[in-house]
Amino acid sequence: MADALSLSIKDLQAFYGDSHVLHGVSLDVAAGEVVTIIGRNGAGKTTTLRAVMGMLERRTGSITLGGKEVIGAAPERIARLGVAYVPEERGIYATLDVTENLMLPRKVNDRGMSLERIYKLFPNLYERRGSQGTRLSGGEQQMLAIARVLRTGASLFLLDEPTEGLAPVIVQQIGAAIELMKQEGHTILLVEQNFRFATRIADRHYVMERGRIIDQIPRAEIAARESQIQQYLGI
Amino acid sequence: MTQQVMIDTRPAPSRAADRTLYLLGLAALLAAPFFVYPLFLAKVLCYCLFACAFNLLLGSVGLLSFGHAAFFGGAAYVTGHALKEWGLPFEFAAILGTAAATFLGFVFGYVSIRRQGLYFAMITLALAQMIYFLAFQLPFTHAEDGLTAIPRGKVLGLFDLNNLYVLYYTAAAVFLIGYVLIMRITHSTFGQILKAIRENQPRMISLGYRVNNYKLVAFVLSAGLAGLAGATKTMVVQLASTVDVHWATSGDVILMALLGGVGTLFGPVVGGVIVEMLQFYLADSGLPIQMVIGAIFVVCILVFRRGIVGEIQRLLGR
Amino acid sequence: MSTQVLFGQLLVGLINGSFYALLALGFAIIFGLLGIINVAQGTFYMIGAFGGWMLLNYAGIGYWPALILAPLIAGVIGMALEKTLISRMYKLDHIYGLLLTYGLMMFIMGAFIWFYATAPRPYPVPPELGGGYNLGFMFLPKYRAWVVVVSVVFCFATWFVIEKTSVGRNLRAATENPMLTRAFGINVPALLTFGFGVGVALAGLAGVLAGPIKNVTPLMGGELVIVVFAIVVVGGMQSILGAIITGLSLGVLEGLTKVFYARGSDMVIFVVMVIVLLVKPAGLFGKEK
Repeated sequence: MADALSLSIKDLQAFYGDSHVLHGVSLDVAAGEVVTIIGRNGAGKTTTLRAVMGMLERRTGSITLGGKEVIGAAPERIARLGVAYVPEERGIYATLDVTENLMLPRKVNDRGMSLERIYKLFPNLYERRGSQGTRLSGGEQQMLAIARVLRTGASLFLLDEPTEGLAPVIVQQIGAAIELMKQEGHTILLVEQNFRFATRIADRHYVMERGRIIDQIPRAEIAARESQIQQYLGI
Repeated sequence: MTQQVMIDTRPAPSRAADRTLYLLGLAALLAAPFFVYPLFLAKVLCYCLFACAFNLLLGSVGLLSFGHAAFFGGAAYVTGHALKEWGLPFEFAAILGTAAATFLGFVFGYVSIRRQGLYFAMITLALAQMIYFLAFQLPFTHAEDGLTAIPRGKVLGLFDLNNLYVLYYTAAAVFLIGYVLIMRITHSTFGQILKAIRENQPRMISLGYRVNNYKLVAFVLSAGLAGLAGATKTMVVQLASTVDVHWATSGDVILMALLGGVGTLFGPVVGGVIVEMLQFYLADSGLPIQMVIGAIFVVCILVFRRGIVGEIQRLLGR
Repeated sequence: MSTQVLFGQLLVGLINGSFYALLALGFAIIFGLLGIINVAQGTFYMIGAFGGWMLLNYAGIGYWPALILAPLIAGVIGMALEKTLISRMYKLDHIYGLLLTYGLMMFIMGAFIWFYATAPRPYPVPPELGGGYNLGFMFLPKYRAWVVVVSVVFCFATWFVIEKTSVGRNLRAATENPMLTRAFGINVPALLTFGFGVGVALAGLAGVLAGPIKNVTPLMGGELVIVVFAIVVVGGMQSILGAIITGLSLGVLEGLTKVFYARGSDMVIFVVMVIVLLVKPAGLFGKEK
C-alpha cells in the first residue's frame, strides 16, 4: 500500500521519573512489514511502544514515521499521523459502552475498515454493542481493542501482547485479524511473549533485554536458533 | 507533596550553627518589645503560633485543613467567655479554650480523616462553616457583636496583664512553649512515622501501622495548639468575634504557612509576621485585602511553592 | 402552620436547590475531568450575576440576551484562566490546584469589591416573567418557577450531552484515561479547557438567574461554594446525575428545615454531610475505592 508507514527508531533513551529505562534503543520497521519485539518481562518492550506513541514524558533520540521526525510530538499528533496503539491492558473504558469504545478513536482517513466489516469480523461486538465496555470477557475486550483501531484507517499498528491470557480459540481469531491487517499492507510492530504466535506472522524479531536491543532474528533463522531464543525468553 | 515539600528533620540543636540561630532568635524575641509596639507584637506571635500549629498538620502529615479557624476561633470564644463571664485567671481560661479546641479537633478529625486529600480539605471547610453558623446562634457568643472588652486579669496570680510588657512576655512564653512542642513532635519518632505516612501511606499500612490513628492524633495536636493561639489572642486583643471563625481566617493561616514555607519549622513564623503586617498596613489603604491575599496566593503557588524559608534552605544547600 | 408558608419555603428550597445543582454539576465536571477542586465556582456564579447587571447597566442589554451572554462570558474567562494558570497545576500535588483556585477566588472577589463595593445592586425581574399564579395552596411567582425550570432543563441537557453525544463520550473517556485518549487522536488538553469552561458557565448561568432574586454583590458565592463542597461530599463526585439530584434534594431539605426548625436551616446540609461521612464515606452515589 502506498500509504503504509515506516518506523525508524535511533538511539532512543527514555525515563520514568528518575529511572532510566531505555538505553539507546534502535530498530527499523519498513512499510508493510510485521516485526516483533520479544524478551523477558521488564525488558522495556512496552516502554518502547509507548515512546513511539508519544506517551512518555522524557525521551531523547530519534523516532521517525515515514521519514518524519516525531520524537517530541504529542500523542494526539502521532495518532493523527496514522499510528494506532493497542495497549497491553487493552484500555477498554468502563464509562463507555462497547459502541462508544469502538467509535472513540479518531479517524485518520476514510480508508479504515467499515463498521459493517468490523462487525462481520467480530460478530460478538455487534451482539454486545450496548454493554458497558468492561463487562466483556477478556477475549472480547481484546477484539474490541483491535477493532476500534482498525476503523481509524491507521497504517502503523503498535500491538502490545494481544494474545496474553486468552484461550487458544480466541488467539486464533486475533491471529486471523492480524493476518488480515498484514494482507492489507499495514505496518505492524508487535510485542509478544507467545513466541509460537509471533513466528507465524512476523518477518523479523528484535530481542530486547534491560532496555537495549541485543539481537535481531530474521524469519529464516528461527528454526536454527531455537535454543538461543528460548534462552533469551528465559524459558 | 512528596516532591515539592521538604521536611526539616535534623535533630534539635545538634550543630553549632543551629544553636547560634536559636539563641539569636530567642534574643530577638526577648528584646523585640523595646523596638516594636508590644501589643502588636503579642498579637502577631499568636498568629505565628496558629500558623505553626496548622503547618504541623500540613508539613508533617500532608493533610490540608481548610477549617482551622474553627479551633482558633472556638478557643477564642471559650477563653473570652471564661475571662469575661467567669473571671478566671488567664492560665485557666487558656487551658479551657485549648481543651475546647482539642475536643473539637477530635470530633472534626474523626469525621474527616475517613477521606483523603482533597475531600479531607473540603470536609474540614464545611465543618468549620458549621462552627461559624453556631457562632451566630449560640447565646454566649453574642453573634455579630462578639465578645468585647474582655478583661485580661493577672497571669500567675501576680502580674497584671494590662502592663504591655507583661502581656508581651506572656504571649512570647506561650508562643515558645507551643513552638518547642511542635519542634519536639516533628523530630520525634511519632513525627518520623507521620512523615513516612505522608510519603508512602500504602506501605505503612502494609507494615501494620494504624495510619488513621496517627493522623487523628496529629490532627488533635494541631487543633489544640491552634486553640492555644486563639485563647492567647483573645486575651491580647480583648476581643473574640465571628471573624475568628470565618473561612477567610482559615485561608489566611494557609497563606502564612505557604508564604513562609510549608514543611519548614520556622517558615510559618515568617509567614505569620508578613501576613499580619500586610493586614495592618492595608487596613487603611482602601485596597481590598482579599485582592492582595489572592494575588500573593496565586504568585506563591505558581513560582514560589517552597516559601521564603524553603527557598533560603535550598540556597544554603540543605 | 399554613400551607402557604410550607409551600412558599419549599419553593425557596427548590430554587436554592436549583442553584446548588447547577453549581455542583459544574464543580463535579471540573473535578472529574481536571482533578481540580474549583473553589472559585462561587466566584463564577458572581461573575454571571454581575455580567447580567453590567450588560444591562453599561450596554443596555436586557435579561434575555444576558441569559446566554453572561454564562458565555463566565465560560470564556474560565477557559482563559485554565489555559494560562490552572493547567500548570496538573503535574503538581492536587492541593496546589485547590489553593490556586482559592487564590483566584480571593483576587477576583477583591477586585470586584474594589470597583463596586459590597452594597447590593438590584436587577429587575424581566416584565414577561413578572407576577405569578394563584394555585390556591400557594402563590407561585412566575420568575421563580422559571428559574427552577431553566435550571432543571440545563442540568438535564448537560447530562444528556455528557452521556449521549460524541463530545460527551470524549469527555468521559478523557476523564477516565486521559493519556490513552490522547493516543486515539483526541486533543485532550483542549477538551480540558473546554470542560472547565462548561463547568464555570453553569455557575455563571445560576448567577444570572439569581440576579432578580438575590442581591447582586461581589460577596455572592463566597459562602455558597462551601455548601457546594458539602453537597458533592454527600453525593459523591463521580456521578453527574448524583450531583444534580443531591443539589436539588438538599436545597429542598434546607427549605423544609426552615419551616420546622428555622435555626437549623443553615446547618442541615452540613449535618447531612457528617452523617453520610460516618455511614457511607464514598457518598450516596459514589463508589467505594
